[in-house]
Amino acid sequence: MKKPSGNEKAIMKKVLLYVRAHLGLVTLSIVFAAIVVGLSLYLPILQGQAIDRIAGSGQVDFTGLIKILMIMAGTTLATALLQWLQNIINNRITFRVVKDLRDDAFKKIESLPLSYLDSHPSGDIVSRVIADADQFSDGLLMGFTQLFSGILMILGTLVFMFSISWQVALLVVVLTPISLFVAKFIAEHTYSHFKKQSEIRGRQTALIDEMVGGQKVVQAYGRQAAVQEEFDAINDELQKSSLKAVFFSSLTNPVTRFVNSLVYAASGTLGAFMVIRGHISVGQLSAVLSYANQYSKPFNEISSVITELQNAIACAGRLLDLIELDSEKPDPSSPAVIEDFTGRVDIDHIDFSYVPERPLIQNFDLHVRPGQKVAIVGPTGCGKTTLINLLMRFYDVNQGNIRLEDTSIYDLSRDNLRSGFGMVLQDTWIKEASARDNISMGKPDATEEEIIAAAKAAHADEFIRRLPQGYDTILHDGSDLSQGQRQLLCIARVMLAIPPMLILDEATSSIDTRTELHIQQSFDALTKGRTSFVVAHRLSTIRTADMILVMRDGNVVETGTHESLLAQGGFYSELYNSQFAES
Amino acid sequence: MKRLTPYIKPYRKECVIAPLLKCMEALVDLFVPLCMANLVDIGIHQNNEPYIFRIGAILFGLALLGLLLSVIAQWFAARAATGFAAGLRRDTFAHIQSLSFSSADRIGTDTLVTRLTADINQTQTGINMGLRLLLRSPFIVFGAMIMAFRVDVPSAWIFAITIPLLAVVVYGIMWITIPLYKKVQNHLDQVVSGTRENLTGVRVIRAFRLQQKEIQSFEERTSLLTEASEKVGRFSALTNPLTYVIINLATAYLLYKGAIRVNIGSLTQGQVIALVNYMAQILVELIKLANLIVTLTKAAASASRVEGILLTESDMADGKDDFPADTTIRFDHVSFTYHGASEPSLKDISFTAQPGETIGIIGGTGSGKTSLVSLLPRFYDATEGSVTIGGKDIRTLRLSDLRAKAACVLQKALLFRGTIRDNMHFGSPSAADDDIWQALTDAQAADFVKDKPDQLDAPVEQGGRNLSGGQRQRLTIARALVRKPSILILDDSASALDFATDARLRHAIRELPYHPTTFIVSQRVSSIMYADQILVLDDGILAGQGTHEQLLKDCPIYREIYDSQIRKGGEEA
Repeated sequence: MKKPSGNEKAIMKKVLLYVRAHLGLVTLSIVFAAIVVGLSLYLPILQGQAIDRIAGSGQVDFTGLIKILMIMAGTTLATALLQWLQNIINNRITFRVVKDLRDDAFKKIESLPLSYLDSHPSGDIVSRVIADADQFSDGLLMGFTQLFSGILMILGTLVFMFSISWQVALLVVVLTPISLFVAKFIAEHTYSHFKKQSEIRGRQTALIDEMVGGQKVVQAYGRQAAVQEEFDAINDELQKSSLKAVFFSSLTNPVTRFVNSLVYAASGTLGAFMVIRGHISVGQLSAVLSYANQYSKPFNEISSVITELQNAIACAGRLLDLIELDSEKPDPSSPAVIEDFTGRVDIDHIDFSYVPERPLIQNFDLHVRPGQKVAIVGPTGCGKTTLINLLMRFYDVNQGNIRLEDTSIYDLSRDNLRSGFGMVLQDTWIKEASARDNISMGKPDATEEEIIAAAKAAHADEFIRRLPQGYDTILHDGSDLSQGQRQLLCIARVMLAIPPMLILDEATSSIDTRTELHIQQSFDALTKGRTSFVVAHRLSTIRTADMILVMRDGNVVETGTHESLLAQGGFYSELYNSQFAES
Repeated sequence: MKRLTPYIKPYRKECVIAPLLKCMEALVDLFVPLCMANLVDIGIHQNNEPYIFRIGAILFGLALLGLLLSVIAQWFAARAATGFAAGLRRDTFAHIQSLSFSSADRIGTDTLVTRLTADINQTQTGINMGLRLLLRSPFIVFGAMIMAFRVDVPSAWIFAITIPLLAVVVYGIMWITIPLYKKVQNHLDQVVSGTRENLTGVRVIRAFRLQQKEIQSFEERTSLLTEASEKVGRFSALTNPLTYVIINLATAYLLYKGAIRVNIGSLTQGQVIALVNYMAQILVELIKLANLIVTLTKAAASASRVEGILLTESDMADGKDDFPADTTIRFDHVSFTYHGASEPSLKDISFTAQPGETIGIIGGTGSGKTSLVSLLPRFYDATEGSVTIGGKDIRTLRLSDLRAKAACVLQKALLFRGTIRDNMHFGSPSAADDDIWQALTDAQAADFVKDKPDQLDAPVEQGGRNLSGGQRQRLTIARALVRKPSILILDDSASALDFATDARLRHAIRELPYHPTTFIVSQRVSSIMYADQILVLDDGILAGQGTHEQLLKDCPIYREIYDSQIRKGGEEA
């Protein structure tokens, strides 16, 4: 069995960095824990003293007994109060650490390179931020509540035991390492099982996410049985792995309890002889026995805490892996700033590919003057969207440079760069928020009039008004909006933001042509004097472009206006003429 | 919970054995204080040294027996719990897959995923802990009380008072915390949807530079979650201190009462120690019980949420009849309203499609085009009127047959993780590579697949993210063609294709040897103008019906669409 402790330690260290933010609370918790442990350990002594006052028939010392019982009551109340406060503090620490972790994970998601997000299942990331964080919080809470108290309890018990009878204390101390050894052995075995379980679970969640998300397709193709088969395979694997993880982790308890009972039996026997020999009283024997019990119990708890913590650490590890992923290349430390975009874009001999083995764009050169409308056409998959990825810096070029207003976009902050563009993509995205908030996304301080005007310009006003609560209707990704309505909404966003430059990637592909015609007028008004990049299949959109880039296999094969390209009789005219071909 | 019992049934044996062994182990534990009483009263007070050894040996034997019983019990409990969870997960997944579109829409993807993952895990933990402790803990609590009564009835009365008092405290706290835990869950759901949303909308969020705002709103959500968790924590953290107080005060009283009984000679010192030990055992078990109850409450809440999914009946009954040989499709005064919508999406639609015909459907955004074709494979059922194939109401047909024959390419081109071949097998699992290539060729996808180094084995990411929109669309079309359907529905599924490819695609479909009745939903006149019959939809109403030429003459809406796309364009060019 592998020893994962090095890795665990590294994770633990990082988790502790998170805990450090709550140092004051941690200190308070430790102080309270110490007092609680001290007081609760004092109780068996009091009980022992009480028992010694009850030696036998006619030998009961009632005055002494009642005094001891009063002290017992007081101690109990104080212990309980402090324990409660300590629990509250521990809750607070745990929940805040988890919040910090989740917040950091989320911040990371916001800054991860697109190349990572485009190639990793979102379900896996969600499972880290949610399920792993939850498991971690459970483990951390247990760890906090019990680990420290447990250690104190062990030390305190030792002190109290040695003060009563060093012989029994020694016996307990000698036997206890068995418990430690066993707990450690089990914990090590359990960790690998938990890790495996966590990994299989991640795979299953990814599958669930994909298949439940694509349920309509699954049903349309009647593929439920095959999908189920795939699910069952992972499910069986998970069952087997879970069984091991659950069983082995549940061994800790009985095994350590067994060692505990051994200690109890041995110290009971030894103690009884010592009473007979007059070294200790019966009450002291009873006290020492409860200590013998208590002494092993923290080990018991610590071992279960350790398994729980290990599971928690495995989860924290996955969460931290996410947090520690490389962010996008940071913005330059003292970025150039463009305040007024005139719309001049120069693309200088760029090379780009998503994967090194498959070069896509090679030595591409383009110079756009302010206010020009650039249409990008070409067969599907020829790299039209790639250009947008590069302009928006979702991806960075491998070679060459892109300049805005003569400034390299890599010298700008991304925010500055992106503020220059308004973008509407073919893949619409609706935020879980009201229709109003969805539109005002790019301009949060927009007035109601502006929002409605933008919606009207995008021809979205009408359908929004028909929603159950109009502009206040909460929309989400699963809302009953048609693809076209979603696009109208996305267009309204841009209409409101009025950016200096526009990127329209198949922005109207799902909108009927009548509506599109009207929107086009709004777009025309919007693009007037603004540089725009338009990916479209509709030649009506393309026809009015100042410059048409005809792309094929990642390269621009032709450039020119509609007329000049038609006259050229090349790839473009072939594309254009095909639209009227009889099928 | 009735709906969930079948999943525990296969583990009936485990469910009996595990708690039974745990109770036997508890019995072992209950003997220990008696041994100690004898150790004091006989061993110590009578100076009987061999007896002390004997007690030591007995205690050792009991410990070993307890270990054995417990380990076996844990094994059975783990088996039952993980087996239950696996079975439940399997069937819940199957059930989710069988939900009708409208039911699934209503519940939502996020919720379904949470039910399958976090909720079922929670029930697994609940069952595991429940089997181990649910019977054992009360058994020890009451066992300790009975033993106490056997030792000395007058002293034991305090047990009868303490136990109900503890129960009130434990249950009272639970009663307060359960609704609070529900709130915590709601806040957690918010965190989930926030995370998911930011993953799917990453491009838009970055384009609008909303990262900081999103981080803020996420932090607000996690703050609410933290607050809710802390609030419930304050109450649940009361359980241990309160029970501790009750037990220790009861012990103090027990010592006092015991002292009186010892003084008059009705009780021995060893027996007092045994009674105090029983009280201590009760505390230990009650703490376990309290923790167990929290776990079980969470598990029960999760279980009832999962059950809620299982109880969501698919609102679509399967038919029994075979798919008819005659594939004449008739819509007879069909109206359709989405669940919860105030306005119908389709109003009184009637038309007939002859076998092998191509039907073009065109109309404005939200005019009901997708709704119309969704009725054919019974993604939804018509609210009024009927859809018949070969004279048979489609509701009487076997759903699996119907969907096998009527292949629908949805608007949203969605592929699955795997290879291109896997995705094609999605359409028809038995398709040979030749069939697949044929379908890819017809769907105009063969070229780019051939360009991939791995060809059919080329990997496809979740949702087909590593492919362009047009490639995805063509692959989804190929996926439908692999099935060789009798009815082919293309729901605006060529929107990302350039005109040339689109035209070649339509040509290829027209030439298919099995002549499917083809429905083409499109925004482009060019895509449907050569159809045998064109349906023009306007706000859910059939505004025109006929061939291109007829419609140009008779249907003003069609003419307007045509003009906007083609005639005017032609003039300008």
